[in-house]
Formats: sequence, structure tokens, C-alpha cells
Amino acid sequence: MTTEIALPGLLWEDTVPAGASWTHVLKRGTSLRITALGDDANVPAIFYNSECPVERYSMPDTLKAQHIAHLTKGFVLYSDMGRVLCSITDDTCGWHDLLGGHSTATSIQDRFGNQRYQEHHNDFYRNTRDNLLIELANWGLGLRDLSANVNFFSKVQVDPDGQLEYLSGNSKAGDFVELRAEMNVLVILDTGQHPLNSAGSYAPVPVQVAVRRVAIATADDPCRLACPENNRGFVNTERYFL
Amino acid sequence: MRAPAISRIPTLAKLKAGTAAYNEIVAAGEPWIHELKAGQVFRIVAMGGSQAVDALFYSAWDTSERYSAQDTMLEQRNIYLKVGSRLISNLGRPMLTIVGDSFGRHDTLTGACAAESNQVRYSLDKRHMHNCRANFLAAMASWRTSIDKRDLSPNINFFVHAPVTPEGELTFAEDVSEPGRYVEMRAEMDVIALLSNCPQLNNPCNGYHPTPIRVMIWDL
Repeated sequence: MTTEIALPGLLWEDTVPAGASWTHVLKRGTSLRITALGDDANVPAIFYNSECPVERYSMPDTLKAQHIAHLTKGFVLYSDMGRVLCSITDDTCGWHDLLGGHSTATSIQDRFGNQRYQEHHNDFYRNTRDNLLIELANWGLGLRDLSANVNFFSKVQVDPDGQLEYLSGNSKAGDFVELRAEMNVLVILDTGQHPLNSAGSYAPVPVQVAVRRVAIATADDPCRLACPENNRGFVNTERYFL
Repeated sequence: MRAPAISRIPTLAKLKAGTAAYNEIVAAGEPWIHELKAGQVFRIVAMGGSQAVDALFYSAWDTSERYSAQDTMLEQRNIYLKVGSRLISNLGRPMLTIVGDSFGRHDTLTGACAAESNQVRYSLDKRHMHNCRANFLAAMASWRTSIDKRDLSPNINFFVHAPVTPEGELTFAEDVSEPGRYVEMRAEMDVIALLSNCPQLNNPCNGYHPTPIRVMIWDL
């Protein structure tokens, strides 16, 4: 499935196949729309200030600034330097996971066995950890730089005893989430299955990515006004570009 | 707010102070960095009651292997740390196991306070207040091998209870606790333990009165 009517300001569209990774420096003044091309998609993603990658997405700062443990429209992704990397300006599925982490070679092999390149060529079983490390290495980054990730399109609920529960059916083919870059952000993403998805087979879901030109957030931007903390995060971000 | 569950699992709290190989006090608001050998037992005691203790762990042999909040949560499918919790590295290996605890719900999600996150959370003019990330960075700079900001990732907050609601909201429970609350863990590999005895004054995590902690290590 592809977008039938071109998005305003569209610069580039691409498809990320099942189990593959993708990277781009998403510039301030552009946005990234990620559209699921199947049900129960999952897109692990990590974010860095491309100009100084030791500034990176912070799971804790994103959670505690906004008192959230999930993402949807109106929330933002914070860096560990008190700035806003991206804002969620649109979302059709209502919940994106911030807690659940990602798959590794070991976890994929334990669950699904080993399907090697030699026999299966590009249908070999990939895992998110290795995909992210390969993409990071292309930017001179590595394991030390790999911190917590977001899982777009997935829902993980926490019960009163702290137990994590993955809920299938959170997203359908055609669901999308839109991230507006508030800085020049190195985005690395992948389409590996959620590590808590109990599906019995290796079945990642491809996504479409679309980069487009958008306006810089205004003083009355809904993400900025979502809470006083976000307004201060946007002020910090604006000061970075002075 | 629900009171933290006191674990009924037998603990090693019977270890006596007099037999400890190491027994020191970390003053309020200060960092601490120290190597733990595999098999050693490490205890943190909140001497004055409510006191957050921010903690990170690194393999002593290769510091790119470190405590991973998400890998730890994934392995136990739970956000809280308590007796029996294994602290899992970013390479999927157990680094430490919690063997004794009088709290039961240590936090894996809310990270360390920093100058910049204090600005966002409280006020832009809070930048100059002492904070846990400053402690982490100072202690890292003092260490004999090279570790620095690249090696920071979401840390443990011992003695902090931050429940998540089924609606996906993060909350903070204000635990008023008695002096002497402790957590005790066994090192499963040689690790560098990095602590910040949290200096936060903007929220109740330290009861608005940061206090000293005691750190003890036993050779078993």
C-alpha cells in the first residue's frame, strides 16, 4: 500500500522492507511520516543530535517531563540535554511503546530458530540490535551510543505490580505516525518485531517512510503547549539555534 | 499510594557490618565509584530515610558492556526491581542479582536528574543546582579507565517508586520511609558501580532533605 495522494511538501518516499533498517538526518523544518504496511507493525527507533551525537534521545527525560509511559500525538521526544528532538504531530493508532526494548540475535534465534543468508538470501532472519549497530557504525557510533529505543505502533501496558503486557491489535495497515524534527536529528529505525510480541513466527511488517517540508513549530503549537515542561523544552531548543 | 511490598524471600541482610571488607559513608549529594568483584555482595543503606540513590553498572573489563534498563525489564517482564531481579547488561548477561531488599519497587524508568532536565521539569533558572548527572560525569572523569557521557544510559533509582498506570501515565509515589532502608546485591561479574547520592531538592524523592548513605561490600 502506498500513499495515494501526495503529501503536501513531500520530498522523499521510501519503503523499509520487513526486518530491515533505515536512517536519515531529519532536518529541522521537515517531518517524517511512518506508515504501517501491515497489521501489528513495530518500528524500533533511536534519535541523536546529528551535529553532536552524544546528545541523544532520553527515555527517562521523555517520560518524566511529560508524566507519560507511552507516546501519541501531542507528546515529544526529549534529548538528554533538555531539548526537543522530535514532536509527534499526528498519529492514528494512539499508543507507541517507550519501554519494551528490542530483539537481539539471541532472542530471535531462541524464538524462531536460525534462517541464514546462505540458504535464504535476503529473507534471512534479522534482529533489531544488529541492524541498529550496523546503522550506528556508519556514523562512527556503536554499542556505547545505543541506549533505550522507542517502538512505534506497539502497545505495552504496565499492570499495578509492574508487569509488562504486549497488546496485539494496536495498529493496522495504513496507520501512521508523524514526527516533526525540532533539531537536525539522526534517525535510525528498523522494522523488527516487538520483543514482547508473542507471535509464533518471524513475521516483521514493512513500513513506508515519507519526508516532507513542514513549518517550524509556532508559539501556539499543540505539542509545545501540552505542558509547561514542553514549553521550556522548546525554549531550550530555540536557544540552541541562536 | 500502595505501600511497597516487603519481600518474604530470605535475604542476606544477616551479614554483619563488622565482617564487611569495605564500609564507608557517602555524604548527601555526592558520587561514589568502586569496583566490585564477581561474588562480592554490595549493600546500600539509606541512613536517613527517604533518599534516592541513582546507580549505573559497567563491566570492569569492557565498559561498553553496561546495565541496560530495557534488557533488564524485558528479561523479567517487569519495570520494578526487587529481590531476585537480575540486572542485565546490554549484551544480555546478568551483572548483579538483588539478594536483599527492604523496598521492593526500585525504579528503572525515571533516570537521573540533570541540569537540563531540571530546567525542563521545574524552571529554566534551575540549571545551576547540583544534580546526579554532574555527579556521574565527575566520578567517570576520576576513574582510571575511560568512561564518559557516551556511556550514560537510563539508570536505576534505588528507593524511588514511580508507578505506571494502565493508561500509560508515569506517576511518582511519595514514599515516606524510615532510616535504614537497604538494598543488597551480588555481583555476577566484575563490575564498576557508579552511584549518585541524589542531591535533588525540587521534588520529594529525597524528602527535600538529602541524607548520607552507607555502602558496604562483603567478600563471600
